[in-house]
Amino acid sequence: MSHVNSSVGGVLEPILDRYARNPHHLMQILRETQERLDFIPEWAVDYLAEALALARVHIQAVIDFYAFFYDSPRGKYRVLFSDNVTDRMQGNTALLSRMLSKFALDQGQVSSDGLVSIDTTSCTGMCDQGPALLVNNYPVTQLSSQRIDQICELIKAQTPLVEWPSEFFNVEDNILRRDVLLSTEMASSQALKRAIELGREGMLAEMKASEFRGRGGAGFTTAVKWEACKNAPGETRYVVCNADEGEPGTFKDRVLLASFAERVFEGMTIAGYVIGASKGLVYLRAEYRFMLEKLHAICDARRKANLLGKDILGQKGFDFDIEIHMGAGAYVCGEETALIESLEGKPGRPRIRPPFPATHGYLGQPTVVNNVETMAQTTLIAQNGGAWYHGMGTNLSTGTKLLSIAGDCDRPGIYEYTFGVRIDKILEDCGARNAMAVQVGGASGTCLARHEFGRKIAFEDVPTSGAFMIFGNNRDMFEVARNFMHFFKHESCGFCTPCRVGTTLMSDILDKIASGKGTHYEMNELSRVHQLLRTTSHCGLGQSAGRPVYDTLQKFRPSYDRRLKHKDFEPAFDLDDALASAREIMERDDVSAHLGTES
Amino acid sequence: MENTFIIDGMPIPFEPGQNVLQAALAAGIFIPHLCFYPGLKPNGNCKLCTVIINGRHVSACTTLANSGIEVANNTPELNNKRRLMLQMLFVSGNHFCPGCEKSGNCQLQALAYDLEMMTPHFNHFFPKRTIDASHPEAFLDMNRCITCGLCVQASGEVDKKNIFALSGRGMASHVVINTPSGKLGDSDFAMSDKAARVCPVGAILPKRRGYAIPIGERRYDELPISSQTEFLTTRET
Repeated sequence: MSHVNSSVGGVLEPILDRYARNPHHLMQILRETQERLDFIPEWAVDYLAEALALARVHIQAVIDFYAFFYDSPRGKYRVLFSDNVTDRMQGNTALLSRMLSKFALDQGQVSSDGLVSIDTTSCTGMCDQGPALLVNNYPVTQLSSQRIDQICELIKAQTPLVEWPSEFFNVEDNILRRDVLLSTEMASSQALKRAIELGREGMLAEMKASEFRGRGGAGFTTAVKWEACKNAPGETRYVVCNADEGEPGTFKDRVLLASFAERVFEGMTIAGYVIGASKGLVYLRAEYRFMLEKLHAICDARRKANLLGKDILGQKGFDFDIEIHMGAGAYVCGEETALIESLEGKPGRPRIRPPFPATHGYLGQPTVVNNVETMAQTTLIAQNGGAWYHGMGTNLSTGTKLLSIAGDCDRPGIYEYTFGVRIDKILEDCGARNAMAVQVGGASGTCLARHEFGRKIAFEDVPTSGAFMIFGNNRDMFEVARNFMHFFKHESCGFCTPCRVGTTLMSDILDKIASGKGTHYEMNELSRVHQLLRTTSHCGLGQSAGRPVYDTLQKFRPSYDRRLKHKDFEPAFDLDDALASAREIMERDDVSAHLGTES
Repeated sequence: MENTFIIDGMPIPFEPGQNVLQAALAAGIFIPHLCFYPGLKPNGNCKLCTVIINGRHVSACTTLANSGIEVANNTPELNNKRRLMLQMLFVSGNHFCPGCEKSGNCQLQALAYDLEMMTPHFNHFFPKRTIDASHPEAFLDMNRCITCGLCVQASGEVDKKNIFALSGRGMASHVVINTPSGKLGDSDFAMSDKAARVCPVGAILPKRRGYAIPIGERRYDELPISSQTEFLTTRET
């Protein structure tokens, strides 16, 4: 027994020490525990509950909530195929089947020797170089049958990940169009020095003059958020950088963090300077685990250069430092209050708003939550001034926007445009010749048909967090919508009734239509449930979950209609299917154990 | 008028700090609700109390009453939506009213009658749920649980025992028990706990007390829930 205990402590004590036994760091402690043990065993839960003075059930609830925490063994190699619609278009389904058959496994099953499990996961943000998968949370891109076969061999030989061919883990930036953000040089500290020259009020005035709007999607004016936070009563303030880039089809924050992290951290530091915060937190999605060490190294270098830490750049009392927190597979944590809950070591369920984070955020204190791109763009405003920035884009959408372009085009990748750019111009630039539809803003965004390609990317016309997925003439928009709906069903946090049940209802209805049993009745049902979700859901996830279905119903109706049985109604209940458990008990599956079907 | 707002054209007085639902109930105006209980912090998950204020759908239980606001509540549009949500709750759990000990005292059932929910409408999910009979005084039937979280709150906020918690995500969300075995019998739960009395459905029921009052003569059998605003406000706090 004492032997077991010492090994328990041997694994967990260094982790606990690293996080100062702070229960708010539960997510990080669980992640590191799992990185050591491949899953989080019961004894570890007990030990952590004791050490962190948390209810056991709380730790269990956190493990249960996040897709990438496991309370039972999931294999030494945990393979998750990215299952965004773009991965599907690149052929991930066949590759998944290939791998499953190589190991004679069902999807989600763990091999009997405990070596491997294979499943799917939500978009991993590699749409420009998919199909992609994660193995033990590290991305492998540009999958082909050959690469899959090699991976199978490596797993069978139990080769450690560090010995796998390094090109498997290549993640390219694919920056194909640069405007001011991606082409302006910035020596580290340049923007920060300028902000300090301007002073807190001066920098805020520049932000106001720029009329810059947040790049996470909602488009709230950043200066207003900063000012509200700056003026809110509180003991301490926080800057949070939302790097939980989970919107299917979005990968621009990945590129900013991979190659422009200095700008992101400097933007956070400027925000901290303006609002008077001494701590910044980056919430990095679990799928971007591969960048963690590099980001830590950049923070360390900035500390050495006195760009983080105490009395930054010699300014007495300007203390600011940055911590990086990892998520664990939950799209809903992109919602700012769910993200804060997660930062506090809890399941990521969105809070009731108001109060807003600007007054009651992390640990109840005034908090600014900004997207990665927002933080990076802030440095440009510091460098060149608000008036200069305001000169770009449209009246209501100033500046530039990064787009993550994927799908049916010759040149997928990152494109930076000034706001106001037309959809057809973008399509031309990326070599999309036969586009039939574009999904702008990801699964929760807008589906545009050909007659709308004259519209513009701008908050006042087609707003976007950055995703731009292109569908060619041969694509089936019903299947696109069905993929998105299953995504929302998987990612619904389950807090409120309409989203928890409605996303499942809509997925089930789409599955019924896909199986050829849909009728006009189902079409009305989809609209009805969507209207309920849109108006009564607790947060943006539920409010927008039905949108891809609604949009494609309006614009690509034939892709639904051709699947319908031309009847008014067909029951969803399948009598033969209902007898499956009876057959299982009887160990029968012969023809006479099935009810006859007309077909 | 100071400290007055409007619900469906009617002026409603309120005390500062009250939410729209509390003020409405106190004034005898019914707003359907399941996850709100007097004395516990509103958490706004059931969405039955959705009303429209300034064109926006909001939960009445998490919106502070404010002078001059105009609230749409008892409208065909909102009641249609509420009925849809009730149907969602019915099909996503396993609710067998005719044999349920809570029948007639069940808020979910009472609302379904009140909002004239004639059928469950959607395909039943028939989820596999657990029954925990390990406790000497009570049993938990998760078939009926609607994950409103009231037992979690009561056990934490009032009883200070933290026996219940919500775990899982999406349709897999479920109530769990804070014991190593996960069994209620290994906790210090007692029928005298607040948590034992707040369940709006029949997920937490006392043992050895069945049908003491015949079905048909119970609280919501006598009068529709919408006529019992006084009870709903003054239920033991």
